[in-house]
Amino acid sequence: MTASPAVIPFDLLPPNERPYFDRFGNGLVVVLPPRQPDPSGWGAGGPPHGGAWIHVGEDGKARAFIGKVEVGQGTRTALSLLVAEELRLPLSSVELTMGDTDLCPWDMGTFGSRSMPDAGEHLRLTGAATRTFLTELAAVRLSAAPTEVELAEGTAKARDSGRSVRYGELVKGLRRVELVPSDAKPNPPSKWTRAGRPAQDVGAREVVTGNRRYTSDLHIPGMLHGKVLFPPSCGAKLRSVDLSRAQALPGVTAIHEGDLVAVAAPDLRMAFAALKALRAEWEATPQPSEKEIVEYLRHHPVEGEDFWDMVHHETGDVGAAFGSAPVSLRETYTTAYIAHAPMETRAVLASWEDGRLTVWLGTQTPFRAREAVSDALELSPSNVRIIVPPTGSGFGGKHTSDLAVAAARLAKAAGHPVRVVFSREEEFTQAYFRPMAVVDIRSAAEQDGTLTAWEFHVLNAGASAARLPYRVANQKIDNQPSDSPLSQASYRALAATANNFARESHLDEVAARVGADPVEYRLRHLADDRLATVLRTVAERAGWSPRPAPAASGSGRGIAVGLEKEGRVATFAEVRVPEDRHLEVVRIVTGFECGAIVHPTNLRSQVEGGTVMAMGGALFEAIHFENGRILNPSFSRYRVPRFRDIPPIEVILLDRPDLPSQGGGETPLIAVAPAIANAIYDATGKRLRSLPLTPDGTVP
Amino acid sequence: MTKLRVNGTDHSVPIDPDRSLLYVLREELRLTGTKYGCGEGECGACKVLVDGVAVRACQTPVGEAVGRSIVTIEGLAQGEHLHPVQQAFVEAGAFQCGFCTSGMIIAAVSLLARSSQPSVEEIRAAMDGNLCRCGGYLRIIDAVQRASRLSSGAGGAVP
Ligand code: FES
Ligand code: FES
Repeated sequence: MTASPAVIPFDLLPPNERPYFDRFGNGLVVVLPPRQPDPSGWGAGGPPHGGAWIHVGEDGKARAFIGKVEVGQGTRTALSLLVAEELRLPLSSVELTMGDTDLCPWDMGTFGSRSMPDAGEHLRLTGAATRTFLTELAAVRLSAAPTEVELAEGTAKARDSGRSVRYGELVKGLRRVELVPSDAKPNPPSKWTRAGRPAQDVGAREVVTGNRRYTSDLHIPGMLHGKVLFPPSCGAKLRSVDLSRAQALPGVTAIHEGDLVAVAAPDLRMAFAALKALRAEWEATPQPSEKEIVEYLRHHPVEGEDFWDMVHHETGDVGAAFGSAPVSLRETYTTAYIAHAPMETRAVLASWEDGRLTVWLGTQTPFRAREAVSDALELSPSNVRIIVPPTGSGFGGKHTSDLAVAAARLAKAAGHPVRVVFSREEEFTQAYFRPMAVVDIRSAAEQDGTLTAWEFHVLNAGASAARLPYRVANQKIDNQPSDSPLSQASYRALAATANNFARESHLDEVAARVGADPVEYRLRHLADDRLATVLRTVAERAGWSPRPAPAASGSGRGIAVGLEKEGRVATFAEVRVPEDRHLEVVRIVTGFECGAIVHPTNLRSQVEGGTVMAMGGALFEAIHFENGRILNPSFSRYRVPRFRDIPPIEVILLDRPDLPSQGGGETPLIAVAPAIANAIYDATGKRLRSLPLTPDGTVP
Repeated sequence: MTKLRVNGTDHSVPIDPDRSLLYVLREELRLTGTKYGCGEGECGACKVLVDGVAVRACQTPVGEAVGRSIVTIEGLAQGEHLHPVQQAFVEAGAFQCGFCTSGMIIAAVSLLARSSQPSVEEIRAAMDGNLCRCGGYLRIIDAVQRASRLSSGAGGAVP
């Protein structure tokens, strides 16, 4: 495409004024406008978002467009399967464009496990409507009643006459735009023939041949390499900077605009040299360190904003219930700050052409990035295009747009395209972390173990998974954001990991106190049948036999459940803690249910991978910091799971074709840490209440 | 300038023995299949074959690679025909974001060249220097075992 000021992003034009056919050729276009969020569901009260559109061209291919992005979680293939399913097309005839702000529907961002319930549903509706329009076109062409037309493998066939016509033929010369009617009926999952079956990733070949181009691989002629000057410690303020020595280097551009100090150079080594040549003075203010962090967070409450989700839930009379309880327990659980550490560090490439800016950005929020960049550079949003190339994973870590702004400013000043790629150290120090969480729980039970009161207060993490999946008459549950000394934001299964770890550990403590078997104790209280089914399935597969913990024999087993984002998970862990106290996780069994399964191959991969990632946070991942400095900003000092850490992981997927499909990228993580903590308790009688459980590999 | 032999072709690159092989491959030859993950030898994303053995390109001064045969991920397939290890990674679905995959495949090729039927323990030990943040380790082990069967089934040794 040649960029010119006349280009207007599709989402900023009414559906029937978009130049679909100039861009993609003749055909049939079916549009689902952005949807008002369900008032009782996720995103309630927010702007309309999502929607989708599909173009069926003369080449017989379906091009589908949505605002969500793929950053390695496998949704491209899963969503393509849904389009193929509705349109009765082979997967290879579906092309899905994700998160390109010139072409795709506006979307809030790819987080909160919303790709399947939102984009998936929107593509199914759009696909179903497209199928109906194709059927009508075919009925006319084949002189048959629409009910007599059958679609399969890109061909429409009249049942009685046996005559047939290919989709490409049907839309020849057509330039027709339709909206999805309100009665569009997607194929129910119980009738799926393509979706719901094992399938290969659509990009597999380019990955294994090294031909997939990630943002950090992109190169355009004349491109410079950018570097940003960052403060030496969190909270340090720039007092002054002298650019002259950097500017004197050959081909180097150095800028200081607002808070941004950055350089661009013809090659990466020169860019590093230019960065070093900057003379900057910083003013640091003392910052809290790791050892006092729990107290600091307790004493620095703030108003919730942005990524905080809040919960204030109260039923019954908690105070009275504690007064009369024969059994009561009060404990505190914590989780550390941890890093996303995506294999591909943050990367961006910015290029100007005729006053229009194109930014290739590994991001989970392209439309937010468009806003941030156009605001910062005082451009009309029409003059900014964000494209999301394949991205080396995100895990909630690629939401911010600062780097895009930096690259855009550098490119403008230098008069050349500029690519900025974080070094691993920058990725560790200049990104943001999963918030540390402090959870205080107080509970009460009858002599027979029946839970009567539950007080749950979480500090510096959100509401996810804070609500009880158990029946307890008196409950008080709330959360309180804190002023964090380290920058913190979204993370895969952020608050749910903390809240679920605390709750499922605590529940085990109560079960042990009353001498109950952990599985039986949970089943006795569970208020959700679907979750109970997942728990029973996992317990059975794991060969669970009832007895109270701890066995304290050096071998142990633990179990935990979780219900979050409409997904249900149960995880079983078996551990060994020999004389030398070195923890060995011997086996993990995880069961997961998230409604109708769209892409079982990928879902299994997400559950396995999520379990591995969760093991890192459970066992050894932690950011260490002192007075504003990150002490372990490298893979040699920040340990992430490796081959040697991974036990056999058995994954059981429970398919529910009768229920809507939900996301599977987050919830499978949340029962791992408590299952392992409970297993360590069973093996040793020692209760560990802080994540990571075994930072140096041993049980204290 | 000096000559560097990559994927069977000689390339002229500036003589600067301190430059890492990774830098030259990615920035000068634009062979971007080899990835930067850490620059400190900890992640294995940058692995390439030097005389058939996997090395971390970020830790290899380019001078050390002069006069030797370098094979990157781009050089494994024979035209349309995938290398058995690549084929096995596709079949096993052994990647998510795919960013670690080049390094994993190169490490596996190197392993299979010296041990054609590695046990799970051998695979873990040989590949422990390769990180997959997406957590695909079990599938990668599966892929390496498949590759070992594919190569022995085809009767040919893995190069
Ligand atoms: S980039 Fe070479 S080992 Fe990580
Ligand atoms: S597939 Fe993403 S790092 Fe391995």
